[in-house]
Amino acid sequence: MSTTDDLLARTLREEAGPLVAWLSRRFGDFDLAEEAVQSAVVEALSTWRRDGPPQRPGAWLQVGATRNAMDGMRRRDRQRALGTRVDVPAHDDGAHATDDRLALLFACCHPALAPEARLALTLRAVVGLTTPQIARAFLVHESTLAQRIVRAKRKIVSAHIALSVPSESELTERLADVLAVVYVMFNEGFVSSAGATQDRDLAADAVWLAGVIATALPDEAEAWGLAALLTIQHARSRARFADGDLVLLRDQDRTLWDAAAIAEGERLIERAASLRRAGPYQLQAAIAAVHATGPSWAETDWLQIALLYDELARFDSSPVVQLNRAVARAQVVGPAEALDQLDHLAERLEDYHLFHATRAQLLSDLGRDDEAATANRRALELTTNDAERRLLTTRLHRRRLDDGS
Amino acid sequence: MKYVLMYTSRPDLAAGTDPEAAQAIYKRVYDWFGENAGVMADSGAELLGVETATTVRHSPDGAVVVDGPFSEAKEVIGGFSVIDVADMDAAIAVVKTWPMLDLPGVAVEIRPMVEDYSQFE
Repeated sequence: MSTTDDLLARTLREEAGPLVAWLSRRFGDFDLAEEAVQSAVVEALSTWRRDGPPQRPGAWLQVGATRNAMDGMRRRDRQRALGTRVDVPAHDDGAHATDDRLALLFACCHPALAPEARLALTLRAVVGLTTPQIARAFLVHESTLAQRIVRAKRKIVSAHIALSVPSESELTERLADVLAVVYVMFNEGFVSSAGATQDRDLAADAVWLAGVIATALPDEAEAWGLAALLTIQHARSRARFADGDLVLLRDQDRTLWDAAAIAEGERLIERAASLRRAGPYQLQAAIAAVHATGPSWAETDWLQIALLYDELARFDSSPVVQLNRAVARAQVVGPAEALDQLDHLAERLEDYHLFHATRAQLLSDLGRDDEAATANRRALELTTNDAERRLLTTRLHRRRLDDGS
Repeated sequence: MKYVLMYTSRPDLAAGTDPEAAQAIYKRVYDWFGENAGVMADSGAELLGVETATTVRHSPDGAVVVDGPFSEAKEVIGGFSVIDVADMDAAIAVVKTWPMLDLPGVAVEIRPMVEDYSQFE
C-alpha cells in the first residue's frame, strides 16, 4: 500500500462515519446521506490521488458530501414533483462525532439486518470503503454486494431502524453483534492480506474501529477485550506472510513482530480486566498475549494457554476453540496423547480443514508420514483460502521431495 | 411509526404444552395487552384456529376457493396487532416481552406499515 493510500484510508475512516450520521440527521434520510458520502469518497480517491490530499480533508469531504446530498434531494423532489427548496445545513463543529459514529455503527450492525449485509454496510458507511474495494476484499461480484447494501439501507429507512446507541438494558447484547462484525472484518483482512491489489488494509481498519468502540463505551469489558485481541494479532502481521505465502505461528520470525503494539495490547487487556467481567474476546486476547510474549514456539507458556482455552470453551464451544485447545494440550502432554484427544473431535470437525491440517502436523511429529500426507490432502480439499491452500500444497510437496531424496 | 405484529405459532409443537403452563401464559398475555395498551393502535385481532381458514386463490380461469391457509408453512398466524412506537428498537423491545415466546415454535413477525403514500405516486 502506498503512503498516499494509507493517508487516504486514515482520513476516510475518520471522516466518513460521522459525516453519514450528521447528514442523515440533517436531511432525515439515511439512504440519501450514505449515498452522498460514498460518492464524495469515490471523488476523493481519484482527486486526492491525482492532486494530493487537500489541506483540510475533512472539510473537503463535508462540502462534497453535502453538495451530493442536496443534489440527491433535488432529484428526489423533482421526481415527486414537490419542488421544495432544500435548506443548506448549518456547519457542524463535529463535537458529536464519536457518538454519531457509534450510533451509526449500531444501526449498520442491527440484528434486523441480514448478517452478510452488516459487515458490508459497516465498511461502507462507517469506515468509508467503496463498493469495489469491499467486493475485492471479499471476492464477490460488485453487483451482488451493491444489491446487498441497497437492501439493508432500504430496510434501515423503511423499517425505521434508528441511528442511536441502544438503551442500557439492551447495550451489552447489541454490542455483541457490533463486536462480531468488527471481528469478522479483522479476520477477512488478516487472512487476505497477501492480496496485492488491496488498497485498504481491512485488518488495520478493524483495529482502529475496535479502539474507537472501546473508547466510546469505556465500561464494556469485551469492547476492550476485542481491541486488545486485534491489536496483538495485528502486531504479528508482518511475520505472517513471506512472499505471499502464509507462515504459521510456530515458524514466524519473531523479530518482525511489533513490540510496541504488543505492549499496547497488554495494556488494553489490563484495562478490560479491571472491569472484572470475563468474556471470550478478553480470553482470546490473553491467549494471544501469551503467544506474543513467548521467546519461541517451544518456550511458550503452553500450560497457561491450555488453561485459558479451557476457560474460553465455557463461552465458546466452536470447532476452532476445541481444536486450538487440543493444539495447546499437545504441547503440554506430547503429540501422541494430543492426537488421541483430537480424534475424539473427528465426528464434529470432519469438514473443517484446520482439523485435518492439525492432525497432519501431529502425525508428522510422530513420524507417521503417509497418514500425515493423507490428512494434508484432505485439508487441502476443504480449504477455500488461497494462502492456506499454498501452505498445505507446500507441505505435501516438501514431503514428496523428502521421500524422493 | 406503525408496525403490524403478526403472532405465529407451530400447532405441531404447541400440542405438547402442559395445559396448566399454557393457562398461566394466557393470563400473562392478557396482562401484556394491558401493559402495552399505550402503544396499541385500535385495530388488531385474535383469530380462530387455522382449521377455520379459507383461501381464495388466483387461477387463470378465475379465482378459486379452497379450504385451508394461504401457505403450507408449519407456522400459522394466530392474530395480529398494530402498534405505534418511535422506531424499530422500540417495536422489538415490545415484542421481546410477548409471553407466548416462552413456548417452542412461537414467533412474531414485525412489519412496518406504509404510512407515506407519496412514494407510490
